[in-house]
Amino acid sequence: MSKEPRPDVGKNVRVMTGNEACAEGALVAGLYFYAGYPITPSSEIAEVLSERLPQIGGKFMQMEDEISAMGAIIGASLTGAKAMTATSGPGFSLKQENLGYASIAEVPCVVVNVMRGGPSTGLPTLPAQGDVMQARWGTHGDHPIIAVAPTSVLEVFMLTIRAFNLAERYRVPVILLMDEIIGHTSEKVILPDAATIEIWNRQAPTVGPDEYLPYKITESGVPPMAKFGEGYRFHVTGLVHDETGFPTNNSVQINKFLGRLNSKIDRHADEIITVTSDLQENATVGVFAYGSTARSAKRAVMLARQEGARVDFINPTVLWPFPEKQVSSLAERVSKIIVPEMNLGQMAHEVEWAARGRADIVKINRIDGEPIKPDDIVKAIVENA
Amino acid sequence: MSFRYEIRLSGEGGQGLVLAGKVLAEAAAIYDDKNATQSQSYGPEARGGASRSEVIISDEDIDYPKATNIDLLLAFTQESCNRYSKDVRNDGIIIIDENAVTKLPEGSFRIYAVPIIDVARDKIGRVMVANIVALGIIASFIKNVVSEEAIEAAILSRVPKGTEQLNLNAFQVGLELGKKIAA
Repeated sequence: MSKEPRPDVGKNVRVMTGNEACAEGALVAGLYFYAGYPITPSSEIAEVLSERLPQIGGKFMQMEDEISAMGAIIGASLTGAKAMTATSGPGFSLKQENLGYASIAEVPCVVVNVMRGGPSTGLPTLPAQGDVMQARWGTHGDHPIIAVAPTSVLEVFMLTIRAFNLAERYRVPVILLMDEIIGHTSEKVILPDAATIEIWNRQAPTVGPDEYLPYKITESGVPPMAKFGEGYRFHVTGLVHDETGFPTNNSVQINKFLGRLNSKIDRHADEIITVTSDLQENATVGVFAYGSTARSAKRAVMLARQEGARVDFINPTVLWPFPEKQVSSLAERVSKIIVPEMNLGQMAHEVEWAARGRADIVKINRIDGEPIKPDDIVKAIVENA
Repeated sequence: MSFRYEIRLSGEGGQGLVLAGKVLAEAAAIYDDKNATQSQSYGPEARGGASRSEVIISDEDIDYPKATNIDLLLAFTQESCNRYSKDVRNDGIIIIDENAVTKLPEGSFRIYAVPIIDVARDKIGRVMVANIVALGIIASFIKNVVSEEAIEAAILSRVPKGTEQLNLNAFQVGLELGKKIAA
């Protein structure tokens, strides 16, 4: 081997962190506008994009806080730009009000939350999974949302692109939930050729400005979206509105609008939900794990099988909408489902609900900033097999 | 036969252990065509506080990216040695800075005491490159896992422009020290 650096070796082979992969994925997806306020452990996303976005003609803005950053990406998205912000727990709390606005005004955007220990400023440098319920219900009122949760650096890259695709197709904010381990771990990746990656864009109106109804009830439940600045004039508001975009107190119109808004994700759940499954014949116990904890679980499942346990493993990479069908069929197969989480059991409640008494739930929880170790999961598998 | 080699680099924030870990991971993954992950754990301080950087090297996919059964531990401080030696496997290697770590960990380890920080200051003239001196020492112990050449190439691609020679010197000094004690 030569003593010189070998940039030719493994051309597409890179060692990168989850945060770097998130920035790369966003650029491949067509990110044009990033606004944010740096916060550990998400700051590298802003760092990379502050350099890369201007190089390709995009815009990077460091805002005065997380609230304005969320507002800025909503504004940018209304002009047609693909827009993103990234933060961690404390910033994610601040973004909730504007997240609700993006949800009701149906403005596509991607919000990255690299989870750290909470509550409040909590454990700034340590991993946690304490924001999974906040991702679903952090903003008030019934509202649609999608949340995805990658488990590896390559998956961060792919799921960031998918987050943009889903945001654009369904006109919804998409939360990309990482944790400190996924965001900061460097890993070998071979990135796919950008030309092979499918990119979805929002549907443009097929009618002229005079006939355009910005919140028209369509068959898909997702109205076509005009770009501000191209001659289409319309009203955008956080108030409940009718098809014209103007506020309404008419209960018929309210039901029409909120009915469509709140069903548009569930109607397409099968298209949105992705779950990685590794099932075994005659399994007696299952493991449900997501994010970095899924990596502990994957190792644990492998080790437990070596000891003779029959065990199913499911790893949802979309957390919201919740993969109810997949958990339901797991509950048909096994008598116990182990749910390891770096929180006090937030998704375990959803798993229990989907299992509906057909399988018992065994929780493994940690909130001290340390990951759940494979051995702890192996022990639970063996005890419950 | 598949293998999984676990390295933990520990000390305090600011000693360049995260960078050293990234260099090792890149050496293994890019230049030696193995799989590698590097992860870290540190406190909110920019300097000080216990800090650790972990590298897993394998010829298979790496599921769990944290160290649990450590083959080689580097400890730059007494606190990091106390806290982080418990996960070292039986007969595992522990390399300590002999001035910083005076109380040796108890257990069946192979312990090597080297004045790494002094060497960086006295032989290279910069305490800052103690992490790269340490990489040289480590390279002598893990030849079957990552090659010297790969680590050198990874150092060159990672360190700031203008410091290449300084870092190569530090790596060479470390290698020579390591060859003496690993032999």
